[in-house]
Amino acid sequence: MKKTGAKIFVETLLEHGVNTIFGYPGGVLLPIYDELYHAPIRHILTRHEQGAIHAADGYARVSGKVGVCMATSGPGATNLVTGLATAFMDSVPVVAFTGQVSTHLLGNDSFQEADIYGISIPITKYNYLVKDTARLKEVMYEAFYLATSGRPGPVLIDLPKDVQTTQIDEPKLPELTLPLKGPHYTPEERKRQLELILSLISKAERPVIYAGGGVIKSEGAEKALRHLAEKAKIPVTTTLMGKGAFPETHPLSLGMLGMHGTRYANYAVAKCDLLIAVGARFDDRVTGEPSTFAREAKIVHLDIDPAEVGKIIQVDAYLIGQAKDLLQELAEGIEPQGLASHEEWLLQIDQWKRDFPLSYPKKEGVISPQYVVEQIYEKTQGEAIITTEVGQNQMWAAQYYKCSRPRSFISSGGLGTMGYGFPAAIGAKIACPDRIVFDIAGDGSFQMNIQELATAVYNKVNVKVAILNNGFLGMVRQWQELFYGRRYSQTRLSGNPDFVKIAEGYGALGLRVETPEEVPLAIERAIAEDRPVVIDFHVDPEENVYPMVPPGGAINDMLDRKEK
Amino acid sequence: MRHIISVLVRNHPGVLSHVVGLFTRRSYNIESLAAGVTENPEITRITIVVTGDDRVLDQVMKQVNKLVDVLSVSDLKYDQAITRELAIITVKTTLQTRGAVIEIANVFGAKVVDMSEDTITLELSGTERVLQNLVRLLKPFGISEMARTGMIALAMKSSEEQ
Amino acid sequence: MKISGSEIFIRSLKEEKVSHIFGFPGATILGIYNQLLDSDIQHILVRHEQGAIHAADGYARASGKPGVCLVTSGPGATNTVTGVATAFMDSIPVVIFTGQVPTSMIGNDAFQEVDIVGITRSITKHNYLVSQVKDLARIIKEAFHIATTGRPGPVLVDLPRDVLMDEAEFHYPAEVSIRGYKPNYIGHPKQIEAALKLIAKAKRPVIYSGGGVIRSGARQELLELVNKTNIPTTSTLMGLGGIPGDHPRFLGMLGMHGTKYANLAVTECDLLIAIGARFDDRATGKLEKFAPKAKYIHIDIDPATISKNVRVHIPIVGDAKLILREINKAVVPGDYSAWIERIEEWKREFPLSYQQDDEIIKPQYVIEQIYDLVKDRAIIATDVGQHQMWVAHYYKFNDRRMLLTSGGLGTMGYGLPAAIGAQVACPDKLVFDIAGDGSFQMVLQELATAVQYNLPVKVAIINNQCLGMVRQWQELFMNKRYSGVCLKCAPDFVKLAESYGAVGLRASKPAEVRPVLNEAISVNKPVVIDFRVACEENVFPMVPAGAGIEEMLLS
Repeated sequence: MKKTGAKIFVETLLEHGVNTIFGYPGGVLLPIYDELYHAPIRHILTRHEQGAIHAADGYARVSGKVGVCMATSGPGATNLVTGLATAFMDSVPVVAFTGQVSTHLLGNDSFQEADIYGISIPITKYNYLVKDTARLKEVMYEAFYLATSGRPGPVLIDLPKDVQTTQIDEPKLPELTLPLKGPHYTPEERKRQLELILSLISKAERPVIYAGGGVIKSEGAEKALRHLAEKAKIPVTTTLMGKGAFPETHPLSLGMLGMHGTRYANYAVAKCDLLIAVGARFDDRVTGEPSTFAREAKIVHLDIDPAEVGKIIQVDAYLIGQAKDLLQELAEGIEPQGLASHEEWLLQIDQWKRDFPLSYPKKEGVISPQYVVEQIYEKTQGEAIITTEVGQNQMWAAQYYKCSRPRSFISSGGLGTMGYGFPAAIGAKIACPDRIVFDIAGDGSFQMNIQELATAVYNKVNVKVAILNNGFLGMVRQWQELFYGRRYSQTRLSGNPDFVKIAEGYGALGLRVETPEEVPLAIERAIAEDRPVVIDFHVDPEENVYPMVPPGGAINDMLDRKEK
Repeated sequence: MRHIISVLVRNHPGVLSHVVGLFTRRSYNIESLAAGVTENPEITRITIVVTGDDRVLDQVMKQVNKLVDVLSVSDLKYDQAITRELAIITVKTTLQTRGAVIEIANVFGAKVVDMSEDTITLELSGTERVLQNLVRLLKPFGISEMARTGMIALAMKSSEEQ
Repeated sequence: MKISGSEIFIRSLKEEKVSHIFGFPGATILGIYNQLLDSDIQHILVRHEQGAIHAADGYARASGKPGVCLVTSGPGATNTVTGVATAFMDSIPVVIFTGQVPTSMIGNDAFQEVDIVGITRSITKHNYLVSQVKDLARIIKEAFHIATTGRPGPVLVDLPRDVLMDEAEFHYPAEVSIRGYKPNYIGHPKQIEAALKLIAKAKRPVIYSGGGVIRSGARQELLELVNKTNIPTTSTLMGLGGIPGDHPRFLGMLGMHGTKYANLAVTECDLLIAIGARFDDRATGKLEKFAPKAKYIHIDIDPATISKNVRVHIPIVGDAKLILREINKAVVPGDYSAWIERIEEWKREFPLSYQQDDEIIKPQYVIEQIYDLVKDRAIIATDVGQHQMWVAHYYKFNDRRMLLTSGGLGTMGYGLPAAIGAQVACPDKLVFDIAGDGSFQMVLQELATAVQYNLPVKVAIINNQCLGMVRQWQELFMNKRYSGVCLKCAPDFVKLAESYGAVGLRASKPAEVRPVLNEAISVNKPVVIDFRVACEENVFPMVPAGAGIEEMLLS
């Protein structure tokens, strides 16, 4: 029996266990939307394609499954660009389908034609323009495989309209013919590296583990990490992307490192004699000036992606593979009795923790943004899924919401996309309907994808948005305060809407909170409410994120609040 | 330092944009890039000449290897590779200089492929150094146009076996 | 004296007489924002970078000056991509400045790093990554030159943070010399002569006028040609306003949703004079059936457009205005009276029409009423979809730069920010955004921008509670299997407008349309009007995809 490309498309999605798509229809996607009409796939219609891809991304991050989104040709496709780049920088498995004009119109500047294949080359793990229906199934199999295997990432498939309508004989289940690249080191070399690492660990007196998003992505790696850290008594700091890889309530946890990391994490990295980086990529927001980063340490790098090794910092030893496997191997390889003593080191770290805790001023009658995050943490017992936008809200969420399990802190770390948090929260809640999902947002960021309130309300996606409303693009304002003599250029958001009224206009619940006393009550109320809630917290407008490493500085050279 | 990187890729439309896109995205400088099919029509060989220290080379090779279409990447050591480049050069000539140009061509084993009243077009394939020498000697006559393919290379099997 | 890259940037913009920038700050471009405080360039802070680029585009379309947009690296840059592609497809002069991480970090996947030059290669006329501060002034000069000359288009300039901090002497080049870029403006005299011969010989000529007439400012010249020769003239969506909408020889728009008489005229004509138009698929339908009996004259600034989609008999490459002047000097029309009579008959036989209703507002009625009230006083921006086509049908554009619409890329959400840009460019004009409920939701955050700068744009939402054009296709070609088009759960637009501090109005009955419009026009504030229109109204006539343009569905 002959089948159209659109039918093959839907069947292949089902073969991959896809039950949710985030999308927005358009002329060239009509054949697929017609097939979706009766398909057992839930289609979430967003209000802007940017919402669709961020939602698919959030869905993927919390579930570990592939997030699928779909947009029409031209502006639909280009509206995905920011979301693709976001997923690419954070290695998130997303498969994005874009409609395209029919193959005979390609290259003619036809209506709603954009060269999304060319556009997305730098921001996808791989991409396809399918010109032949016979190739469609195989391409989709490859795409799902590529998105999830190795270092995950977004894959885009561009589908011309005629490829969707052409009928072909039932295609065979494809055999993947992707090039399999052998290990780039020999087994002997691997053995040598492993032994070197084990010996470095056994000799280290001041070791630190620096865990990144790779630990979250490798199923079960958090257990292996904990086992290794406890067995060898090594303190662990995580990146923003690694939050949840190691329980932040654990005595060995140092919290986050980097530009807005804790002082004790940054001191520990600066003073350590062995740094074990796992699933992390020495990003500039983490390392500050690379030549000053962990300069007293031997550096070990464990990563799935060989290209990350030595990219920013020369390493002394490395292994390539899944974080879980590598961490297990190390944990098995070490013998606690053979290790140098870390007693003194751990005491030193505890001293730093006592001397330099994260703190913020509590002013009478004024809501500190950090207090809001702390209260959300309290009221959800640390069990919620937190998404963030980008800026101060993101850093406060990272500092004050302690995560104990992976896939629970969802944030755009690499690209730093404002407007990511809210649609990502919608995707997260759809993937995990039984968990509380909070988007910790800024007033600037939330406005960027505010239209998705309609998506949340219509689909009864019960997410909570906590706006830390300071009336500023706060992080940029902070930089202007600190480095440009308080010359606030274009960072004041005059003309902010009334967020409560907006929420109501969409049929969500809106709450306004203006005093510290109301904060816990509002959060409790939001949690109890069985519908989307937007809480507008009017917070201290000129509060800053501290500690802070000035850009280009060394990470142990941090700015802090001036004593008043 | 200069390096010759030989890359085998799956041959399909778009693969060159992926490779070239990577070089611009990561801001690596390439001196030349030549692509053509191999003995297997489904596989294209791309020969890239890059300049940079070992660390740059290491990164280039790893990043290139990461591309989905790339089957293998190898660093061909200069002294263990057979390298060739093809050049077509049009030289200005007069009745007086024509003989001298042809003489130079003969010494290099370059072929005369076209001639007009006031030009000669030569073709030469050879190593980069040979081409450079020829160009240097032709320059005084006036080179009106030149096209070069960029370097292609294969590993020297005889040196591998030693 | 050496000055910083940021200062060079500002001084270069002053040299280009830039008075407004649409932007959104971020870490990599803080240096520029710091300089902006001391400059008299007005910066409009949008709420999403998509708003900035569309506003710059609307500003350019309404004013004829290049629009300027400034955003940070990473997501700031990628958020402009749709707008860049929109400007590219419609040949709009926009210069986009994006921040970039310091040159030493490029390629390291640094925070907020993205290869925007690679991403925008296929959707800009040209783009630059500035790697040294000494090149900055020259590149800015070139960027404005390329954006505004020849066939205009967007140019993107990527500015690494260290380039903005480094210092250099400031010399703004007086002239530009780019080897590979020399647009040709003067039409070849032999070609013009050949065209004149064809015009004289033709029995059934039609002018097919496009956006190039608007961009070139050739309106007077086109009008003169039509008045001199009486040649019936149709226009693309982008060309509306190139000839007065109420001119007796005007046939309205052609193409997929063109008038039946325009499409019949094109199908029957023996000479098609395309001016600044590019034979887009939405205009031509099935190419083999497009003007099959005609010889083609094609006047265009872009040689690459010539014979791209159809084989042209007489191409004339150059500026429409200059070429039309030459043609007007010597044109001798043939006798077209029988042809005109035939067309008049078609006009009588197949007028644009819709069924009026006493209870339910018809979307076409809203547009007629807006036209009736404001006529030539307004600039009209639209979004994309059914309402866009109804505007093209029922609003008569009598001047250029009156209609701002995304014709090539078809970008939903273009309208509101474009209207904001137009209002900044033309503070004394009335600016309407005629929007769909779906399109408006894509960029509604820009209401905050309109309110902050007190830009009294009027947004008329043609609210049919669905993605109307897609729904129409599903109704006609998919047996009413409506999939993914329902927008029943929309916000309360009136409340939404009010929560932004704008005025929100609603009309649910035909009788309310006029009073509500009057009220909207009378307040000097941004206004959102929620017109609750008939949900399943369709845009007719319509050429089904892939059919010839004379094969129209009329209802």
